[in-house]
Amino acid sequence: MSKEAIIKTQNLTKSFGAFTAVDKISFEAMPGEIFGFLGANGAGKTTAMKMLSGLLKPSSGTASVVGFDVFKQSEMIKKNIGYMSQKFSLYDDLTVEENIAFFGGIYGLRGDVLKLAQMELLERLQLMDQSKKLVASLPLGWKQKLSFSVAMIHKPRLVFLDEPTGGVDPITRRQFWEMIYEAAENGVTIFVTTHYMDEAEYCSRVSIMVDGKIAAMDTPRALKEQFGAKNMDEVFYTLARGAKRGE
Amino acid sequence: MKTFLAFVLKEFQHVWRDKRSLFILIAMPVMLMFIFGFALSNEVKNSNIAILCPKPDEEVLSLIEKIDQSKYFTINKMMHNPNEIENYFKQNKGKMVIVFENDFADKLQHDKLANVQLIGDATDPNTATTMIGYAQGIIADYQKSLLGETNLPYAIQVETRMLYNPQLLSAYNFVPGVMALILTLLGTMMTSVSIVKEKEFGSMELLLVSPVKPIMVIFSKALPYALLCFIDVLIILLMARYVLDMPIRGNIFLLLAMSVLFIFTTLSLGLLISNSVDQQQVAMFISLVGLMMPSLIFSGFMFPIENMPKPMQIISNIVPTKWYFEILKSVMVKGLGFSYIWKHTLILVGMTAFFTLVAVRKFKIRLS
Repeated sequence: MSKEAIIKTQNLTKSFGAFTAVDKISFEAMPGEIFGFLGANGAGKTTAMKMLSGLLKPSSGTASVVGFDVFKQSEMIKKNIGYMSQKFSLYDDLTVEENIAFFGGIYGLRGDVLKLAQMELLERLQLMDQSKKLVASLPLGWKQKLSFSVAMIHKPRLVFLDEPTGGVDPITRRQFWEMIYEAAENGVTIFVTTHYMDEAEYCSRVSIMVDGKIAAMDTPRALKEQFGAKNMDEVFYTLARGAKRGE
Repeated sequence: MKTFLAFVLKEFQHVWRDKRSLFILIAMPVMLMFIFGFALSNEVKNSNIAILCPKPDEEVLSLIEKIDQSKYFTINKMMHNPNEIENYFKQNKGKMVIVFENDFADKLQHDKLANVQLIGDATDPNTATTMIGYAQGIIADYQKSLLGETNLPYAIQVETRMLYNPQLLSAYNFVPGVMALILTLLGTMMTSVSIVKEKEFGSMELLLVSPVKPIMVIFSKALPYALLCFIDVLIILLMARYVLDMPIRGNIFLLLAMSVLFIFTTLSLGLLISNSVDQQQVAMFISLVGLMMPSLIFSGFMFPIENMPKPMQIISNIVPTKWYFEILKSVMVKGLGFSYIWKHTLILVGMTAFFTLVAVRKFKIRLS
């Protein structure tokens, strides 16, 4: 695994007309890092993530993701990243197997490679005997784990997790984070947005966005020291209180 | 291309899982054909009528017999008093009363003039007019047979021929109508709803960050419904031919090709709607009210366009269903070839291209 940054941005900016949603953000995320991306609603998190995942063309600045340029090589970026969001995880009306086959299929896995990846995944999650069941019948926690594994089925070096644990009980969330750690240990970079400040503590590094800018970025421990706060909750509150933009 | 197939497979799985919708998609044309074919007929057939004649004489009886024997009428009441007429209509026992004056035969023989009065229930004006027309025809026929060989000084003989549909079967009108409406409804509503569903669930986002071309996502969604629409076309044509005994005069391949073209038109409209709204209900509402209603009114299936005021006639030109309905009637009923419908075809092709272009443009704007 090379030690080159997986995400590297320099003054990355996106404006819609007169409104600057993301204002000159610069950061790097390394392989195996769990990069927490925090910010109040409307701070520009979603827009930043859309630019990094190749969905949105930036207005100015530079950025490379998994070694590809966001301006010119968005198709290559899309092929080499994983994405999971809590809003939607899997198709309820398809079986576990069909879901895996579909998402594997759109990332170019087919034939024996797909079969193998499918078996491996089912075995690891101990879902072998559930593979023909509709996803709708699985408990939410299982769905989430399956969904994370499906987002990783093409073995990307970077995974975007957009508020992945909303509406899940603490135990399941804990188990979910164990999976994230395991992936990070294998060298995958995790880019995660969340509203849960206890989850921010789990990250290797956290950036907090306020009004389109990165207001602070460091390890959770360093951030707490810097702001003299007991926990991340206080850090976040101190920073986000000064925001001018609302919802 | 292979990623596209993964998508298409998934869409078919969606449709296949949703057995209820699938059933509706297949059962709807069958049901509509039966309803229009057997229940909702506006043909006059064995309608109940009454005769008012205080003292039936020989002439009256033989005329009544003729009327009763015709396939249009069944006499279910003989009245002797004019007061009974009112009740007959009020109790909805029949739609027409034929009144013969007293001494009908006598007057006919001696005065050379006898009166018959036809009273119709005009709450349904169309049926009433048709029934009166048929009754007049029977009476005129009878009069002619009375005249026999007598030579009149002048005579104008009227001979009528009903072209393309001599038996005046309503199937010739409603089969193309049902076909056009079903395709309009299914093609547009089903595609738009299925795409908007992905937006509502948030899965669209996930599909967009995947390496699949966004346009592919959209087109793969339309494919299963295109196939279902085509199956519906086949069902309707087979039912028309073998259940309703309606001959299909034109070239069947031309008919199918035109139907495929129209399916594309409706799918492109569905895409346009789905790219303009974010909720399934809104998509459904627009498809039903914004498209189904105008199609019903302006296709010419229910109401003749020639009788509409000029502005409405002009509006009818922008309703795609109208053009397809006219194509169907020309090919199916009149047996015409492509040289008669190329203008319609061109218009549909133009509309399809326009809707697709706008839909794709709208889709791209959303992305940036």
